[in-house]
Amino acid sequence: MDGLLPDLEVVRKDFPILERTLAGGMPLVYLDSANTSQKPQCVIDAMVDHLEHHNANIARAMHQLGAEATQAFEDARDAVAAFIGAPSRDEVIFTKNASEALNLAANTLAWASPYQVGPGDEVVITEMEHHSNIVPWQLLTQRTGATLRWFGLTDEGQLDLSGIDSLITERTKVVSLTWVSNALGTINPVAEIARRAHEVGALVVVDASQAAPQLPVDVVASGADILVFTGHKVVGPTGIGVLWGRREVLEQLPPFLGGGEMIETVRMEASTYAGIPHKFEAGTPPIAEAVGLGAAVRYLGDVGMEAIQAHEQAITAYALDGLATVPGLKVLGPTDAALRGGAISFELDGIHPHDLQTVLDTRGIAVRAGHHCARPAHERFGVQSTTRMSSYLYTTPGEIDALVEGLEYARSYFRLD
Amino acid sequence: MDLDSLYQEIILDHYKNPHHKGLREPFEAEVHHVNPTCGDEVTLRVHVGDDGTVDDVSYDAVGCSISQASASVMTDLVIGKPVDEAMTIHEEFLALMQGKGAVEPDEEVLEDAVAFSGVAKFPARVKCALLSWMAWKDATTRTLEARNG
Repeated sequence: MDGLLPDLEVVRKDFPILERTLAGGMPLVYLDSANTSQKPQCVIDAMVDHLEHHNANIARAMHQLGAEATQAFEDARDAVAAFIGAPSRDEVIFTKNASEALNLAANTLAWASPYQVGPGDEVVITEMEHHSNIVPWQLLTQRTGATLRWFGLTDEGQLDLSGIDSLITERTKVVSLTWVSNALGTINPVAEIARRAHEVGALVVVDASQAAPQLPVDVVASGADILVFTGHKVVGPTGIGVLWGRREVLEQLPPFLGGGEMIETVRMEASTYAGIPHKFEAGTPPIAEAVGLGAAVRYLGDVGMEAIQAHEQAITAYALDGLATVPGLKVLGPTDAALRGGAISFELDGIHPHDLQTVLDTRGIAVRAGHHCARPAHERFGVQSTTRMSSYLYTTPGEIDALVEGLEYARSYFRLD
Repeated sequence: MDLDSLYQEIILDHYKNPHHKGLREPFEAEVHHVNPTCGDEVTLRVHVGDDGTVDDVSYDAVGCSISQASASVMTDLVIGKPVDEAMTIHEEFLALMQGKGAVEPDEEVLEDAVAFSGVAKFPARVKCALLSWMAWKDATTRTLEARNG
């Protein structure tokens, strides 16, 4: 099969969890990587080594361990900056996850700055967003008297750009959209939409939570002013996410959380703030998690994001072909692998996603069932919930075969033949 | 992880042919409960007679076989019973579901609902089985509070 990682078996050996078996001795078939990815040994080792040998608080501890920990944390920032092509390492802010990063953006945009959103202003999102790129903007617009608007979707699961001129106007202050949909798989033309948004002076926020694991990300080429993703979907640990922002934007936005490390001088009357990135990193950050994330993006960089993208496309095309052979199965979103990421949500006539997920689980196959935190996207297609398989760089064609066999088995178990 | 212990015939029968489904009048309280992690939803009405009997429970629901069958079995068990007795059945079912498979169900009390014993061994599915029971308790409590308040 063209496009697969040439060293797929070697890559799989990097992920110790892939060797475990589940109840009944079933080998694990992990098809839930859009939910969270598995971790390679080098990430686990980097975190253990840090905790065993270099643990101290960062920036404030002046002793040798403090210097080592600070170095490790800042090395991780360098690694992330390189991974996303950030023009400056200072533009990389560590957060708890992508949700916190989006909330950082939506909150600071409500406060006094040249970018402040107020009454009469509009924020534009899309109907395919993850809840974490919907709710913060609902909160922002409700609190500021601004209006929330959104791109609808075509029947093929693409953004409906036909009304873009009436949607993105001189009233638009922010356009926030996902690069790759976690529910439909759709890859959105972020650079084109960013260009239109910039023409009216709007700020562009890109949710790259599903893009960063699968595509080469160049923040400058993306057109984003702010771009966020989470660590645990790029083979890193949970508890750490990234907000990248253009320097001019980050310098003009007010601080988000107040506390240690984000200050310059604190007086009882008022304080002055540190420069970026520290202005947005109040309190002791997730240090071991940052070290793990640094190791993770270095690992992905070593495998090569172009190669990972090609692998994902090959597996996705193979999966779409396999799913098409299952009677009564309907895929949401684009059916051309070139137009989509590796998360494939589908319905199967006569079997509720929960029941399907349970049947697959007893065969060692891990998928997700539900609305995948994208209820509006499901509602758009009149679907209450779906089953979602999502692949990654360690997914094999054999695992897709196991899924398709599992779906056939579920149909016979529920007597649909 | 034995599928047949989860999907007993009784459950599949109730799923295919649910009892008491559909929203009916009269009713004293209507509630809407959702399982936010998966999107299962139930709208449920209760009608409690002046003598404290559960005269009717009607519902409209979308969800998996476990949640749908559970709603059907629940209505069979509580309709026609005094509210106090129905609440006792609710407690019994709740204990069974939260027992991680270690609770021996009392068939005298739970009747068809003993078929859900296997669900307790699938932690992800316990919420499915409890959705309509929780909605029924909520609606009934509201009815009694309005009546006594």
